[in-house]
Amino acid sequence: MNLWEIQIHPVDRTAPQADREGARVTAEAHLRGLETVVPVSSARSYLIEGDLSREDVERVAVPFLVDSVIEIGNVQQIPESAENETLPGQLLNVLFKPGVTDNVGETALKGLQSLGVSVSRVATCRKYWVNASASSDEVERFASRVLSNDAIEHVLSGPLQIKSLTLGTEYEFELRHTSIRNLSDAELMTLSKEGQLYLQLAEMQTIRKFFVDLGREPTDIELETLAQTWSEHCSHKTLAGRIAYRDENGERRFENMLKETVFAATQTLRKQWGDEDWCVSVFKDNAGVVTFDDEYDVCFKVETHNHPSALEPYGGANTGLGGVIRDPLGTGMGAKPVCNTDVFCFAPPETPYDSLPPGTLHPRTVMRGVVSGVRDYGNRMGIPTVNGAVYFDDRYLGNPLVYCGNVAMIPRGKSEKQVHPGDYIVAVGGRTGRDGIHGATFSSAELTEESESLSGGAVQIGNAITEKMVMDVLLEARDRNLYNAVTDCGAGGFSSAVGEMGEESGAEVWLDKAPLKYSGLSYTEIWISEAQERMVLSVGPHQWEEFHALCASEGVEATIIGKYTDTERLVLKYGDVEVGNLPMSLLHDGRPPVVREATFQPKASPVASSNGAVVSPQEALLKILASHNVASKEWIIRQYDHEVQAGSVIKPLVGIANDGPSDAAVIRPRLTSKRGLVISCGMNPHFGDHDPYWMAASAIDEAMRNCVAVGADPQKIAILDNFCWGNTERAETLGSLVRAALACHDVAIAFGTPFISGKDSLNNEFRYQDGSGNDQLISIPPSLLISALGQVDDIESCVTMDLKSSGNLLYQIGQTHAEFGGSHYNLVTKRQGGEVPRVDLEQAPKTFALVHQAITAGTIRSCHDISEGGLAAAVAEMAFAGGLGVDVSLAAFGKMDETAVLFSESNTRFVVEVELEQEAEFLSIVPHATKLGQVVESSQMNVKNMDGNDLISVSLSELKAAWQRPFM
Amino acid sequence: MASPKVCVLRAPGTNCDEETAFAFDACGASSDRVHLFRLLENPGLLSDYQILCIPGGFSYGDDVGAGVVFGSQLRSQVSDAILEFLKADKLCLGICNGFQVLLRSGILPGGAAGFEQAGQAERDVTLTWNENGMYTDLWVNLKVASSNNVFLKGIDQIEIPLAHAEGRVIVKNAATLDAFKSSGQIALQYADAQGNAPFDQILSYPQNPNGSIANIAGLGDPTGRVLGLMPHPERFIHATQHPQWTRRNLRGDGAGLKMFQNAVEYFSA
Repeated sequence: MNLWEIQIHPVDRTAPQADREGARVTAEAHLRGLETVVPVSSARSYLIEGDLSREDVERVAVPFLVDSVIEIGNVQQIPESAENETLPGQLLNVLFKPGVTDNVGETALKGLQSLGVSVSRVATCRKYWVNASASSDEVERFASRVLSNDAIEHVLSGPLQIKSLTLGTEYEFELRHTSIRNLSDAELMTLSKEGQLYLQLAEMQTIRKFFVDLGREPTDIELETLAQTWSEHCSHKTLAGRIAYRDENGERRFENMLKETVFAATQTLRKQWGDEDWCVSVFKDNAGVVTFDDEYDVCFKVETHNHPSALEPYGGANTGLGGVIRDPLGTGMGAKPVCNTDVFCFAPPETPYDSLPPGTLHPRTVMRGVVSGVRDYGNRMGIPTVNGAVYFDDRYLGNPLVYCGNVAMIPRGKSEKQVHPGDYIVAVGGRTGRDGIHGATFSSAELTEESESLSGGAVQIGNAITEKMVMDVLLEARDRNLYNAVTDCGAGGFSSAVGEMGEESGAEVWLDKAPLKYSGLSYTEIWISEAQERMVLSVGPHQWEEFHALCASEGVEATIIGKYTDTERLVLKYGDVEVGNLPMSLLHDGRPPVVREATFQPKASPVASSNGAVVSPQEALLKILASHNVASKEWIIRQYDHEVQAGSVIKPLVGIANDGPSDAAVIRPRLTSKRGLVISCGMNPHFGDHDPYWMAASAIDEAMRNCVAVGADPQKIAILDNFCWGNTERAETLGSLVRAALACHDVAIAFGTPFISGKDSLNNEFRYQDGSGNDQLISIPPSLLISALGQVDDIESCVTMDLKSSGNLLYQIGQTHAEFGGSHYNLVTKRQGGEVPRVDLEQAPKTFALVHQAITAGTIRSCHDISEGGLAAAVAEMAFAGGLGVDVSLAAFGKMDETAVLFSESNTRFVVEVELEQEAEFLSIVPHATKLGQVVESSQMNVKNMDGNDLISVSLSELKAAWQRPFM
Repeated sequence: MASPKVCVLRAPGTNCDEETAFAFDACGASSDRVHLFRLLENPGLLSDYQILCIPGGFSYGDDVGAGVVFGSQLRSQVSDAILEFLKADKLCLGICNGFQVLLRSGILPGGAAGFEQAGQAERDVTLTWNENGMYTDLWVNLKVASSNNVFLKGIDQIEIPLAHAEGRVIVKNAATLDAFKSSGQIALQYADAQGNAPFDQILSYPQNPNGSIANIAGLGDPTGRVLGLMPHPERFIHATQHPQWTRRNLRGDGAGLKMFQNAVEYFSA
């Protein structure tokens, strides 16, 4: 065996962008003040191991891996000698840690093998040459902060001295038991924490009692199975548990909080609708399903992947999206993904580097990694990413939020599945490795500065192509009826997937049969690994042969790893040895109820502070447009393929220069039909600091009005909840969540808008010691994301937000109140207080209905919802998106405070553009619309108060520049 | 004549095959989405088709370079069938990743003649990382720069979207570019709003989003029966796919359909 390296350098290092990576890390070094390491040059390389000669490498591998028009490949044998160094300076090699997915290496391996060379392993390596006289301290910091991420990579300095890429070790089977029967309560909790089980005392006591009664100790795999099944991540025990809640209205006790709030609203609506019920499958499968047309239903799911993204943003977000795509694939008999959504919460990008707590990545690093991770998974899967948002707040510093969603189509009647005893348990897709061990239990713990080393295994890198291949064969197999049930392998791995599928019947698993990435995994590691791109199916013996042949025909691995039984037990075997045997009832119904206290104390007097700076309306508008939450996200959006599958109707960016902010995305999921899907979202973490009830109500209202603004029928919008909160063991944190859930219930019923699925992520906190050795805790603000899925009968009736022609009239629909609590006006003028925006539950649904009627009647040329920054921001965005000026007068608002008219963030409001000839018809539909002014052939936004004095007079280019500058 | 049969060839990671097949079929063709593995098992099946189309996506993840593995498999495992196909009076279209595959396999730039020699000569043209270093999705205005490409008959300018990371055309030297020009192989160029597309000046982003030399968006072979292009005509077959359809009141078909119609009509002449 020989080990070769092919270093790939640009033919001409002086050509523009020849060494983009070198330039990038040089810029990062400057940002962090690491001045001695620059300049930095880079190259990439392949390490190739096998029975091959230098001639084989040069004749076959170099032409295959090197683009000879622009690159040259230098071949050398490893271990390399110092004399072979290609560039001057100190050499740093960045390699993946053993076992981390190296997609490029794998593809190179397969490609070289198909070209007939004898290669056994390929790994990729990034090489950097830093200034020869750099200080060792700066080199160390540069290597660990800029060049690599310790969760997945390691840095080797100097010429490579490695001898082999071989992975894995011999595994010697040994059945392990954990003594639990004689442990004290304190010892139980030590075991829970040190064993990374993260179970509570009552749960550990229940397990102890079970094994005392059974008369034996548990095996390690049994304990892990219980910990995973009972984890917060998999069982949602807090929100679906007992809660005693107290607020200003008194006390309320919940047996199952989610069931009695969010689910209950859906149940109430479905009952009201009777035969007209359009929900198909809600709150029971991996995604919620509603009707679409005569042939198809549509499903939607949004998940979070916060903790992995905090540690390794690229891999965390990458597998976050990969994971949520598997949810619809594993819903019913499998649905076909048609679009993705993504919403992120970060700390401000200008956070000073020297203010970062230990163990955190800089928000810019997090942001770039997360965006790249989502981009690379979604684009490779061929699923358009069509809708999203980004929110910024200091409190997301150690704990960023990454929400990823997927919408998918499923043929009618395919939303149910049934495991048959006797069916094979079949694992399809990626192989099992050590990646992602303890992801499910880890997500139930709070992050600390040590999390990185403690749970490095929870971090993974996905392979979108593997998932795409699985998707292709799965949908074909579904249509050929080659299996009886399917689910995804997500948190908890096989343990969770098989445990759920076999819940009603029973299952026997043959762990030694699972295909592995490399040898050396214990039976427990195989069982709880969260390796990506795996699905678990229930395949009847008569279906197996054809199913297996179909998978093989497209290069997808499918393996029988057990069978479903009728024993109502989970039996785990490794070879002939039974390593675990538990009743399904213990796993799924045996967890002791969690009982929690929750309190909410309304804030006393939300009086607006007047001690903020005096800011003119124009200045405030410009600052709002330039604020991070509002500013253009074009640099993200354009990196996502939002048009693949050819269903794009309303894009995320619209207007005369294709750069205005669309309210929602519209896609046509079936190219043969004009029926469309509308996807939008709503979120207001800043409102949550005032009152989580109105924050939740506002988020739902925002998601709804975004949907309605482009043409969705408000009678048929389905929504999802994603609660990301701090540590809910604190009564007031849980109280704020319950308060939000109560609003979800009330607003869903008032709007006739059912929740169809949801997910929660708790313990989003970061604990560290500051410079003086004091414990510090950062808890995220209450972060409820509402995602909406609407529908339009005819996509050709949709409207966009960009102004269309001069001479048209502008109207506001909906009532403005002085509501500044949590507003962007407060944010940019550094004011506090004010009333948080409320929702008029009686009037709002009527307003949505009228807007929809007016759009359907063709009376509206453009429509934009009023949200962050109020009326002023909405009008400005419409104007610069359309490249047309506006003359607005606030006269129609009478004596109302001008600042409130312009900047209040009251809910359920829209700005619409109406043609002169349509005005009468428009007003017959929306008689209470407030006239704002008109669209003019100018490049100016002018707003006058009721006395005719200028409040705002600013050019569109200045507005647009302010809005685009922050994230150019 | 009966409708032409189209082989929409998909590899692991190809992801625009369905809408590309839809576009051909909408113009009266009869397409099959054929998995590359079937062709590798039985190269002869290519002779059943009149049109070979390699659609967009990320074949093999583009892990070792866009289209590298797919292209190398065509080259090393089915070259006889490909050569026979190219020599016949048939059409070959590569969109986005398909264009990258056509270049990597040696089908472009030379078509049949070039494919026969490829491997012996140094490659002289490539598609590499966009100048901005990022995957980019946006609409471009294209100018048809060659009169002899079958797919582009009757088109002067066309707006369609592109979405790629590795779409910048780079040539080995000026002579390569001159040869392309003189043989009419520069099929499509990124143009400004007025349709101007200079050869000697690279338009700036977003008109030319990737920085291609001579603003090249698509290359043909000398016969005009092969076309590779980075933008996606199959993403503009409905008017409502245009980013400004609500401004311009567009309805009905999208302009991209014309390329597929041209291909189908070639076989009814």
